[in-house]
Amino acid sequence: MEVLFILILASLCIAVCFLLAFIWSIYSNQFDDVYSPGERILFDDKQVDNSK
Amino acid sequence: MDTFFYDNKIVKQFGIATLFWGIIGMMVGVLIAFQLAFPALNLGIPYTTFGRLRPIHTNAVVFAFVGNAVFCGSYFILQRVLKTRMFNDLLSKIHFWGWQLIIVLGALSLAMGYTTGKEYAELEWPLDILITIIWVIFGINMFGTILKRRERHLYVSIWFFIGTWVTVAMLHIVNSFELPFSWIKSYSLYAGVQDALVQWWYGHNAVAFFLTTPFLGLMYYFVPKAANRPIYSYRWSIIHFWALIFIYIWAGPHHLLYTALPEWTQALGTVFSIMLILPSWGGMLNGLFTIRGAWDKVREDPILKMLVVSLTCYGMATIEGPLLSLKSVNAYSHYTDWTVAHVHIGALGFNGFMIFAMLYYLVPRMWNTTLYSQRMANQHFLIGTIGILLYAIPMYWAGFAQTLMWKKFTDSGQLQYQFLETVTRIVPMYIIRGIGGTLYWSGAFLAAYNLFKTVKQGKFVNNEPAEAMPLSKQALPSKSLHWHTAIERRPVRMLILSLIVVALGGIAELVPTFLIDKNIPIIASVKPYTPLELQGRDLYVREGCYTCHSQMIRPFRDEVARYGDYSKSGEFIYDHPFQWGSKRTGPDLHRIGGKYPDSWHYNHMRSPQEMSPGSIMPSYPWLYKDVLNTSITPAKIKAMKRMGVPYPDGYEDKANSDLKKQSEVIAAGLSSNGIHIEPDKEIIALIAYLQRLGTDIRK
Repeated sequence: MEVLFILILASLCIAVCFLLAFIWSIYSNQFDDVYSPGERILFDDKQVDNSK
Repeated sequence: MDTFFYDNKIVKQFGIATLFWGIIGMMVGVLIAFQLAFPALNLGIPYTTFGRLRPIHTNAVVFAFVGNAVFCGSYFILQRVLKTRMFNDLLSKIHFWGWQLIIVLGALSLAMGYTTGKEYAELEWPLDILITIIWVIFGINMFGTILKRRERHLYVSIWFFIGTWVTVAMLHIVNSFELPFSWIKSYSLYAGVQDALVQWWYGHNAVAFFLTTPFLGLMYYFVPKAANRPIYSYRWSIIHFWALIFIYIWAGPHHLLYTALPEWTQALGTVFSIMLILPSWGGMLNGLFTIRGAWDKVREDPILKMLVVSLTCYGMATIEGPLLSLKSVNAYSHYTDWTVAHVHIGALGFNGFMIFAMLYYLVPRMWNTTLYSQRMANQHFLIGTIGILLYAIPMYWAGFAQTLMWKKFTDSGQLQYQFLETVTRIVPMYIIRGIGGTLYWSGAFLAAYNLFKTVKQGKFVNNEPAEAMPLSKQALPSKSLHWHTAIERRPVRMLILSLIVVALGGIAELVPTFLIDKNIPIIASVKPYTPLELQGRDLYVREGCYTCHSQMIRPFRDEVARYGDYSKSGEFIYDHPFQWGSKRTGPDLHRIGGKYPDSWHYNHMRSPQEMSPGSIMPSYPWLYKDVLNTSITPAKIKAMKRMGVPYPDGYEDKANSDLKKQSEVIAAGLSSNGIHIEPDKEIIALIAYLQRLGTDIRK
């Protein structure tokens, strides 16, 4: 069952990648505002010119 | 203020591909559903036989229908949420055409019988490489877009797409380690129980990260958009994302409960599966609560209707999944149609309806018009929902009925039912299931017609103009410091970086050792396959026998009584790939060897209904005409030797003469029973393999 170690290592690697991403997101203030992002996507961009 | 243009053309292309491949994939699904009730529909030719069509169906709906939909939705969302055009138009184009090429080549190669024999990873090594390249191109395009974004905050959908990309890349690579022995065929580098573990780690996470996380990304965008309300709780969505991706990856072993997998691995898989209920239901409820105060709209709006059913199906599938991973439930559910019902609740309900809702939302917007017919979309919703019910209910029923019949003993301690009786009993269910599938499929045609008319009345905007403020620079330290200060005095970052380094080193060090050294309990009497049996095994893989037959007898009284001694991990050490299967439409074959005479197999493979009246197995007439390709035997033996299968030195040169001898013995045996066939035909090799299965342990 040595292959377990490959799978666990591979899974851990991914988990570590995600952990890094998580820590990055915390430190870069991604989640400081948990209100406006949900609202923001509702505002569509105005169609400036349809002929293009 | 920057002015820029969204690339709508790539979204349109992926959208058309979604609908096109969806209809094709479902068509194959409907066909194979009816094949299970009417075996004559296999038509007696290799390319249309169940064993080859079933992988085409699964690959088409997963990678073509759902795959294209994920790309369609993510290309639409990425641009709008990040306020920028896609990173590079050329990469988008390569991504689109490359993916379509993979689909076409995949379907052709599977029909030709080129398969790795590992479920949902059937495509052979050249296509595996092509998939990797196209996936990397998608990744560059996505991360490039993220880097040039005009909105600093990454909306939660983007996180789901990132999680998808990273994990699928790793899964695909780890599961695709294979040793090519010809320009198109290869053997899995892993053997037996190890191959099974890798495969289901992949299989489970393919469901998690190809069918689930990207769809939650779509959900978090399209549900608020369709309801015109912000997501119920944005904070919740973030917690949902991180919890889901950290837990999902460990749940794979629940596909192998009661098998030869170590007990602790099975328990671990179960524990994580149960934990998954929380993030899964968190996501479902977050989506449903978003519609709060808009339920009156659900009454009229077909998009919202589909999204509600989609989320409900997601909730049902994700409570059922953890339950199925409990050993006591799994003992009953595994190998039956229960699993088929479970996945189709997810596929037809969650994925399918999410995709159609997305298309109904996107097309009018991109063509600057309104949907051609709300009424038709409502009818589609109705037909689709009835289709799902008519699909799922008979399959649950069939699953329960069959598993109870399998396990039923008479008062005198004999198995009450022959396997065949448990099949003929549920054939009516298969017919109803086929009708349900047909209804769902016809819904897709309604969608295609409705969207086509919508397109006709609108005007497509290839490059949609938009405006946004450029991203302001974040404050940086006043002077550049030594590079190492980035991790100094930051213990967490330091720890993580070192963990990565250690893990990478560990992998580089350990992988080769693992693959060569096998310390699975060795059973002395288990020997490598003879060349003829090896060739026969490859025919077994080619014809997709694993789609209906398992080769893994679980340690239950009924299975031991029905099939023979339960399977031991040491019996599979020369199986590249493993062929345990996941469904018993037909009986288990692990101990089929020696159970019937060669002549029985000969007659049965040609005309199953003659030998077992009521059987739903297809016939394989081409195996009796086609000559076994022996020119490739040496390459196969060489590949096996490289993977550590102990054939004697230089055996590849002698293999074909051994093969010839063994096939002549079998042909002579058959002719003494009045059956005359050339010894070089494929059926001889298949009989040799079947007669070898599971017999070594008795020696």
